[in-house]
Amino acid sequence: MTAVASQVPSAQTSTQRLPFAKAITEGLRAAMRRDEKVMLMGEDIGALGGVFRVTEGLQAEFGAHRVVDTPLAESGIVGTALGLSMRGYRPVVEIQFDGFIFPAYDQITTQLAKMHYRSQGRLSVPVVIRVPFGGGIGAVEHHSESPEALFAHTPGLRVVSPGSPQDAFVMIQEAIASPDPVLFFEPKGRYWEKGPVDLGVEPAGSADTLNRAVVARPGTDVTVVAYGPTVATALRSAEAAAQEGVSLEVIDVRAVSPLDTATIVQSVKRTGRCVVVHEAVTYLGLGAEIAARVTEQCFYELEAPVLRVGGFHHPYPVAKLEHEYLPSLDRVLDAVDRVLAH
Amino acid sequence: MTDLLHHPLVEFTTEHAPLQFINEHGQRVENQHNAEFDQYLAHLSVEDLKSFYRDMMVVRRFDVEATALQRQGELALYAPLLGQEAAQVGSGRALATTDMVFPSYREHGVAHTRGLDMTKILQLFRGVNHGGWDSFERNFHMYTLVIGSHALHAVGYAMGIQQDAKLAQARGGQEAAAQAAPEAVMVYFGDGATSQGDVSEALGFAAVNNAPVVFFCQNNQWAISVPNHLQFKSPLYLRGTGFGVPGVRVDGNDVLAVHAATRWALDYARHGHGPVFIEAVTYRMGAHTTSDDPTKYRTREEEAQWRAKDPIDRIRRALEDEGVWSEADDAALTAELEGFGEYVRGYVRSLEAPPVTSMFDHVYGSPNALVEEDRAWFTRYQESFVDGEGDAQ
Ligand SMILES: Cc1ncc(C[n+]2csc(CCOP(=O)(O)OP(=O)(O)O)c2C)c(N)n1
Repeated sequence: MTAVASQVPSAQTSTQRLPFAKAITEGLRAAMRRDEKVMLMGEDIGALGGVFRVTEGLQAEFGAHRVVDTPLAESGIVGTALGLSMRGYRPVVEIQFDGFIFPAYDQITTQLAKMHYRSQGRLSVPVVIRVPFGGGIGAVEHHSESPEALFAHTPGLRVVSPGSPQDAFVMIQEAIASPDPVLFFEPKGRYWEKGPVDLGVEPAGSADTLNRAVVARPGTDVTVVAYGPTVATALRSAEAAAQEGVSLEVIDVRAVSPLDTATIVQSVKRTGRCVVVHEAVTYLGLGAEIAARVTEQCFYELEAPVLRVGGFHHPYPVAKLEHEYLPSLDRVLDAVDRVLAH
Repeated sequence: MTDLLHHPLVEFTTEHAPLQFINEHGQRVENQHNAEFDQYLAHLSVEDLKSFYRDMMVVRRFDVEATALQRQGELALYAPLLGQEAAQVGSGRALATTDMVFPSYREHGVAHTRGLDMTKILQLFRGVNHGGWDSFERNFHMYTLVIGSHALHAVGYAMGIQQDAKLAQARGGQEAAAQAAPEAVMVYFGDGATSQGDVSEALGFAAVNNAPVVFFCQNNQWAISVPNHLQFKSPLYLRGTGFGVPGVRVDGNDVLAVHAATRWALDYARHGHGPVFIEAVTYRMGAHTTSDDPTKYRTREEEAQWRAKDPIDRIRRALEDEGVWSEADDAALTAELEGFGEYVRGYVRSLEAPPVTSMFDHVYGSPNALVEEDRAWFTRYQESFVDGEGDAQ
């Protein structure tokens, strides 16, 4: 069964058009209202509301004891969040920018990821780490990186990235409800893009949304797989391709780990062609994993090799060049042309 | 009597005079500075003192047995604590059952004071699991092998204690919040660990939050082969002061000094005054771990010097001088230790490798396709062997 994209708004009156960032704010608010053990921690998240204002207004509503401005120390933020979670709390920490997650890398991979395993299931450490990631905002260095594969490579962590405001609203709540540590990568380049958000949607709490890819747009000729910031790029590419009479099926992966291979494979078996799009460096990125899996499972259905559209093998470039680096509509369509040429 | 609890910033001790009650000859020491801590020993009976000694002897026996078991190939590795018995027993016995302990990987003696069967720790060193006990069964968390990282977990946990009170207050339950038994957290680490950023970050977080946590540093002089003078320049007990965390230096081979200082520190933390840093000056008489060779980096003279300060001999002499340790006590203890040794040996040898597919258990707390895919593949692979029992090595 293919899951249906949750960004289709319900007919309920609770649907509003919200920017991506505000959809997350609303998700956080809902989770905090539901459970007093949910608390937010991070740098500048209180009075300022975070540098991207995602936590705006939450300290005023819930108090400084639940929306905590921490010292400027990423390892400290994640390590103390782990301790809080052992005490029964559900900390949601904000890492100010992708490039600053590395001081916390040790706590995340050697501690958070392994506590449940090492304790043979006796301990749960339900910490959510929110990371504004990706480029396209004209930032200085260390502010536009896509380190998701580094975390997806570590068993014990869930790594997710919403592709739409609706998903952002629901998935942040699912992440908080999850008994496992979750890396929640927020496509910061999409923070200001608006989309319909049904605020009436309750999290299922079954980790299902964190386990499932969705078909964001059905199609028949080529499967385009994307997540986070590139979902919108893929959808725009599909729009453009349709003008040329080419039908793209866009899959929003949502969960970088665990990867929902079945939904992708099901689609590629029909289309016979697959293009994976992400901002992260192509080499050893999620696209490599998807290409390998698709090749293993769709070998006889494939009409063309699986192609990847991703970052080049150099550090994220300066802002004046990032438009050339980021997977653009043109680069996606070029890959589509190439798989169709086979 | 000085009201120690209300010192805003306490530096009772100097580098040259760690807190001491019994010197290396087993003699009682009286000075101005230990007089302030007398109140924290007043509750101890003769029986308590004898039980301190017994605990230390049991811990040492454990160490001897485990070291031998490693030599016999029964354990993959073992981290001895030989020489640190007073630091561990004295501090561990200062804890209330409700306090939470975050140990490093050498705190077998503290585990014993928590009522945890130390022998369970050997599951880790035998390689049958990564920590064979429940952290909350005795409020003694699993061991942490990544140096210093658990200092942050301890502080976070202590912040959770504070958060509980704040939530109760927000619900209007001031009284309930006030009545709950105040809890404290203790985190153990070594002198080398103080070089880790996480320990400094932990001090910072603890200080600004006034978190009820005691940092207990066992300065055993060496971090594997690296001596103190290559690890830090300022005396360790002062490490916290720049963060606003008071520090105390104690003779870590004097079980009473350790006990008094730790009781004080825990009280201080529990009463809302915030964190404390204790440096217990001691010596690791054994190797760092059984894979280590101390002859490569330290001298016999140094070892002999410290052997003369043995924490167990010292309390034993004090008990004998007081005339409270009898031959009957000795006989009973010897018999107990023999039985215990036999138990440890039997227990370790009975520890079998877990079922092979248990590798896939508990990676996540919720269903995960990647793990299940691998588990299914591995199970099929195993079953593909003719007798269905291949262990697929
Ligand atoms: C982050 C990290 N780096 C290196 C090691 C390897 N290692 C294990 S114990 C140790 C020395 C620790 O010395 P200290 O903190 O003084 O504690 P002690 O073992 O003396 O009790 C080292 C370097 C480790 N476990 N963790």
